[in-house]
Amino acid sequence: MLAYTVKRILLVIPTLVGILVLVFGLMQVVPGDPAAILLGEQATAEAIAEVRHELGLDRPLPVQLGDYLWSSLRGDLGDSFFQNEPVTRAIGARLGATIELAVASLVFAIALGLFLGVVAAINQGSIIDVVSMLFAQLGVSMPVFWLGILLTFWFAVELNWLPAIGRGEPIPAAIAAALSGRPGVLLNSLSHLLLPAVALGLNSAAVISRLVRSSMLETLNEDYIRTAYAKGLPPSAVVVSHALRNALLPVISVIGLRFGVLLGGAVLTEAIFGWPGLGQLAVTSISQRDIPLVQGVVLVFALMFTLVNLAVDLLYGVIDPRIRFE
Amino acid sequence: MRKAYRNPSLVVGGAIVAAIFIIAVFAPWLTGFEPDQMDMANRLAPPGRGHILGTDNFGRDLWTRAAFGSRVSVVIALLSVGVAMVIGTTVGLISGYFGGWVDLIIMRVVDIFLGFPALILALAVVAVLGPGVINVSIALIVVFWTEYARVVRAIVLSEREREYVMAAQAIGASTPRILFHEIFPNTIGPVVVLATLGLGTAIVAESALSFLGFGVPPPTPTWGWTLSFGMRFLRTNVWLSAVPGFAIMITVLGFNLLGDGLRDYLDPKGVSGRERVRDAASEADAKVQGVS
Repeated sequence: MLAYTVKRILLVIPTLVGILVLVFGLMQVVPGDPAAILLGEQATAEAIAEVRHELGLDRPLPVQLGDYLWSSLRGDLGDSFFQNEPVTRAIGARLGATIELAVASLVFAIALGLFLGVVAAINQGSIIDVVSMLFAQLGVSMPVFWLGILLTFWFAVELNWLPAIGRGEPIPAAIAAALSGRPGVLLNSLSHLLLPAVALGLNSAAVISRLVRSSMLETLNEDYIRTAYAKGLPPSAVVVSHALRNALLPVISVIGLRFGVLLGGAVLTEAIFGWPGLGQLAVTSISQRDIPLVQGVVLVFALMFTLVNLAVDLLYGVIDPRIRFE
Repeated sequence: MRKAYRNPSLVVGGAIVAAIFIIAVFAPWLTGFEPDQMDMANRLAPPGRGHILGTDNFGRDLWTRAAFGSRVSVVIALLSVGVAMVIGTTVGLISGYFGGWVDLIIMRVVDIFLGFPALILALAVVAVLGPGVINVSIALIVVFWTEYARVVRAIVLSEREREYVMAAQAIGASTPRILFHEIFPNTIGPVVVLATLGLGTAIVAESALSFLGFGVPPPTPTWGWTLSFGMRFLRTNVWLSAVPGFAIMITVLGFNLLGDGLRDYLDPKGVSGRERVRDAASEADAKVQGVS
């Protein structure tokens, strides 16, 4: 296991360096001079030259790249052009909101996906199976931004049950408040979180349910399932502790990939529900052409995705020993 | 061919996709309005006579704008998926066939691209290049090519050990000939399935970029922009968002059904073949399908 872990971690390093190089390279292609963007339209040539020198943009590219890599590794992502603060601080202030949204929608997606997939598989060919899979097909085809608007329309505008935009206290703080006798804070946070999390998670729930179903159907045909029935185990025990356990393996590997989809979808979800996270920061920084901030946000998204995938791979190695010897 | 008619996914998906293509091609002949023609007397009208799907806040016909919007989506989807397919397939053939350090380097590069969440990478590219049909297509090509490279490489890895490849090598066939005449035909099935599902994904991705304001800019009618603009009128006329929203959903559903149907239809009898097509498709399920 140790060798597998070390190998997987070492393999991530070139990917991370490559991601840094790609982000740096992309921003070199930006038409127009960052110094000119920073100073606005009325800037003189001298002022632009001076700012170029201050930003170090008059140095050779390889030197700039080396400097970028080194300062990124030390956790310094430069200063935002327009937010008047370091990029890391701007990101730090919004990271929690995005992680909260992504985790909530992932939990929702896994719970609903597992439930639908298992129910469909053990009732294969029945009306339950057909309805579940029709639902899954619709869910897979439903863009997150369209579902978000539908949910807003139904539950916030028409029924007025849940807030349309904004975020309550962060969930950990809200739980603390609830424990100290103020449950209203937690309820408020959850009511803000519910619609965005469902909007973001439904697509993944649909994908997971299809995968669980096909994986369960395959497992249910295995010999050891027949053995389990033959030795008189109750059907629920066979399904849960024999079939589902093995059917979960492909699902776990997909969860890492889905996390990337959720992070991308978070940008859209945050735009619809006014959720103050990294996605909103990405949209504003791109509109303003705030290059250091765009670089930083893209980098942090890629970092989160890569690390989650690493974690999933390591977890997979723990659960399924076969993978370690490939 | 007879088997195709007994596959409901293939039939329904094919019909939806055909309808979308017909609407995109013949949009000007399917409506009595221009996409930017204003009818101030009938602003924010619900669906009804005159305006079959209603109008927006300028009295522009929503059906007309949805029909013309399909052109942007379809053109960008075909362009981006087509180019990504060619690039990815070529890279995958080379990577899988030559193996060794060529394969190692190519796959590391693929890993770097896959290290970004898909929509984030597309946003980063559009942030750099700016909006527009070509730039959005380039952004999607940057995101999509890796899928084809990975799937084709995996197929080549198993095919290159087969007898027919050795036979071709033994009679002195050139490497390009072996790659494109001998091995390539075996990749067509999975790649076609991936590309069909990919067209749906591309339409969602293009709409997502337009939705955020980084797609093809107004006044060109796009589904994504109309959808986000319509959010301001949720209380007065929900159809502003609902028309493009349903348009995107039905289109994506069509491509997904067609892709699923093709997967079943192309599924060869052999076990290895079945594994392959299913792997390609489940990878598409897992990754490609959810750009948004």
